Amino acid sequence: MVYFLIFISAIFVNNIVLSQFLGICPFLGVSKKIDTALGMSAAVTFVLTLATIVTYLLQKLLVLWQIEFLQTILFILIIAALVQMIEIILKKISPSLYQALGVFLPLITTNCCILGVALIVADQQKLLAKLPFIEDTCASYGLLTGTIYAIATAVGFGLALVLFAGIREQLALAKVPQAMKGTPIALLTAGLLAMAFMGFSGVV
Amino acid sequence: MNNAMKTLTNGILKENPTFVLVLGMCPTLATTTSAVNGMAMGLATMFVLICSNIVISLLKNVIPDKVRIPAFIVVIATFVTIVQLVMQAYLPGIYDVLGLFIPLIVVNCIVLGRAEAFAAKNSVGLSALDGIGMGLGFTMALTLLGAVRELLGTGACFGFQIFPDNYGALLFVLAPGAFIALAYLMVIINKIQNK
Amino acid sequence: MAKLESTLQNMILSLVIICVVAAGALAGVYILTKANIEAQETAKKQAAILAVLPEGCEVADAEEVAGLKVYKAYQGGEWVATAVETSEVGFDGHQVIMVGFDAEGKVINYEVLKQTETPGLGAHIDHWFKDQKGNQSIIGRKAGALSVRQDSGDVDAITAATISSRAFLKAINKAYAAYKGGDVEAQTGASQLNKAEEAEGEEANVEPTNEEEGAL
Repeated sequence: MVYFLIFISAIFVNNIVLSQFLGICPFLGVSKKIDTALGMSAAVTFVLTLATIVTYLLQKLLVLWQIEFLQTILFILIIAALVQMIEIILKKISPSLYQALGVFLPLITTNCCILGVALIVADQQKLLAKLPFIEDTCASYGLLTGTIYAIATAVGFGLALVLFAGIREQLALAKVPQAMKGTPIALLTAGLLAMAFMGFSGVV
Repeated sequence: MNNAMKTLTNGILKENPTFVLVLGMCPTLATTTSAVNGMAMGLATMFVLICSNIVISLLKNVIPDKVRIPAFIVVIATFVTIVQLVMQAYLPGIYDVLGLFIPLIVVNCIVLGRAEAFAAKNSVGLSALDGIGMGLGFTMALTLLGAVRELLGTGACFGFQIFPDNYGALLFVLAPGAFIALAYLMVIINKIQNK
Repeated sequence: MAKLESTLQNMILSLVIICVVAAGALAGVYILTKANIEAQETAKKQAAILAVLPEGCEVADAEEVAGLKVYKAYQGGEWVATAVETSEVGFDGHQVIMVGFDAEGKVINYEVLKQTETPGLGAHIDHWFKDQKGNQSIIGRKAGALSVRQDSGDVDAITAATISSRAFLKAINKAYAAYKGGDVEAQTGASQLNKAEEAEGEEANVEPTNEEEGAL
């Protein structure tokens, strides 16, 4: 039951893009068509889940050896390595998807939401602050909770991306004032979407 | 000298990272709840930009091409961690406010982007100037956005209450307000530039 | 100047050297700033404790009562007040509050140590309940059963931030329960008999509140 709540919280109430501002660059960059949006979300889900698991375990080692100050460097290197690995795997398994994602795949490395979620899950205080309802439940702080939070966050990212892509596909056909074409109208739309998602606050 | 001036002002006006290149959006939207916060974030990023540009420019000939991205990342991450530790020790107030976004400077597209596009191909002096220019452009954009959001949202600016809190549109301090405020700022700047 | 060749040896060597230098530099900065960082945390808490207690107190070390940290304060050897660090889940994350009670259980002052409530709404908890406007201040009131008007209490909640206000008052009531719990245990001696009787009487009142909170 608690895990279901984590999903609701991460997808709707605290959507990673629309209320936590992580992952804005791909959100604005990849969301022009629904297909690319879906492909990007799938890739991000995969990288995010794997990265969270690995960095969570690494954090335990860092604390053990008292070298927490190396957290940022090691986390980002792990993420870069994972993205490289996925690139190679995708090229072998599904060349068409690899082609479709194109330049966006290596860009996942600089996607703030991956490093952001990794940092949140690695820090008990931060994760409990995002999910205050899990204290004293079977979920509590642990690898399973962190992984579920990561998967839920990635689904939220995908949802925001696909919703936005759908709207943008329609916007491309609308009459937009010259000064607002491109990024400004996209940001305005994102703002309205964020306002809509604010309606979920307090649900969990 | 002319080259130097051009490099410096490039980042502030012609290729402003926020309004023109649309890079580094995450910290831009998240940390501009007030003018001071925006300025602090901008300055922290500028420090990392200048230092990493200088070091990468110094090392550009000893880093083999195939490993340049991981190498750049390590250099940038080192400076980000230094900023993190120094802020935690001497500026705990700002550190708490900026929170997660300080370590996220390492994935700020501006930093890696300038390292790849400029510092890896230019002299140390020009790279430093580019870092300063881009950093200043970013800081000014963030401060401006932060000031607008703070003024419209709470009636204050840099902490000075200009009109009473109750008349502010709270939306601007919250998530959607960031998107909307930045959108309209861009529209205004587009209009000015196209005139 | 020609760039270094991308041979395997060069790649590994350059990466390793960069990593080692980076790690070394960071270790250095870490050692330099470590003491300062640790001092910051304790300084903040100390400042909060002193802010909620009357002037010129000597503060004892922390005791754990009912899962909360309780700091007794003495003036000239006599116990005069207690500071309690309490927390409660608010609208968005935890609110961590340091509250000071005097010998009669009235609130002296409070300091919000940590909160992530909505700015402009729930975030007002750090000054709203000290403001003497209307009925919103809890300064000088007896805690233990404080509640907002919406719950038939008599404290004015923050406009449009009832959940944050409820959580805040719950935290204060929790702190009071811990203050009472420690207080009764410390009661000894004839001179404090009156206080003990009062305390026992109040404990009976406090018990049901505890159960209520447990059920909540």
